[in-house]
Amino acid sequence: MRKLSYVSLLIMVFIFLATATGLPVLFDSESPAAVNVSPRYIEKSHEETGSLNFVTAVLADYRGYDTLGETTVIFTAGVAVVLLLRAGKKNGNDSEVDGE
Amino acid sequence: MNKRFGSVILDTTFRYLVPFILVYAVYVLFHGEYSPGGGFQAGALFAIAIVLDRLVQGDKAPLNIHGNWAVIIAGIGAMIYALVGITSILAGGNMLEYGMLPFVHDVVERHVLGILVIEIGVTVCVMATIVAIFDALARREDLL
Repeated sequence: MRKLSYVSLLIMVFIFLATATGLPVLFDSESPAAVNVSPRYIEKSHEETGSLNFVTAVLADYRGYDTLGETTVIFTAGVAVVLLLRAGKKNGNDSEVDGE
Repeated sequence: MNKRFGSVILDTTFRYLVPFILVYAVYVLFHGEYSPGGGFQAGALFAIAIVLDRLVQGDKAPLNIHGNWAVIIAGIGAMIYALVGITSILAGGNMLEYGMLPFVHDVVERHVLGILVIEIGVTVCVMATIVAIFDALARREDLL
């Protein structure tokens, strides 16, 4: 079973490395995102979203789905932290905490 | 919490700081569309006001949110955001397409309203999450 997981891990690594070469080069100013998407945001965000500030237009309008995900991540992380803190609650067998 | 900040001057100073932080948080929230700021930052400011109030006044604090309620409110905040998306779907648009929201007539107004509502959702979620974590930490150490 363990060998199987190692083999599948190797296969996954190989697939990721093989497909990574197909991605645009990092910080490439000729990549499709830099050539098409960014100028569109700058030139048309006002007429398309009516927002005076295109940071807001991108954050809340073009990438509203992304921001929804961020909010959900914060909520999930908060719930996880609260659950962990409550699960590890001390039962008084620890020495006195420093009274702070 | 019995020791608070240890001196009357600090306690009083932080108590009087709380309303100003609240006002600033509302400012950051409502100007988030035109200037730096927005839901996440306003949520952090609200949370700081609540945490400060609670650190100074303990369980008697007027802004106190109990830990269980804080988690519930955080969920409600995230739900407000999602509901805006679902509302625009029901009105015939795509997810989070503010131009399709049904409440006002002007398209630009709809965008402003939609963005404001989702920012409020983010604010509520962030604020309640921070308060919930603070509450869990404080209860774990028996500070409250």
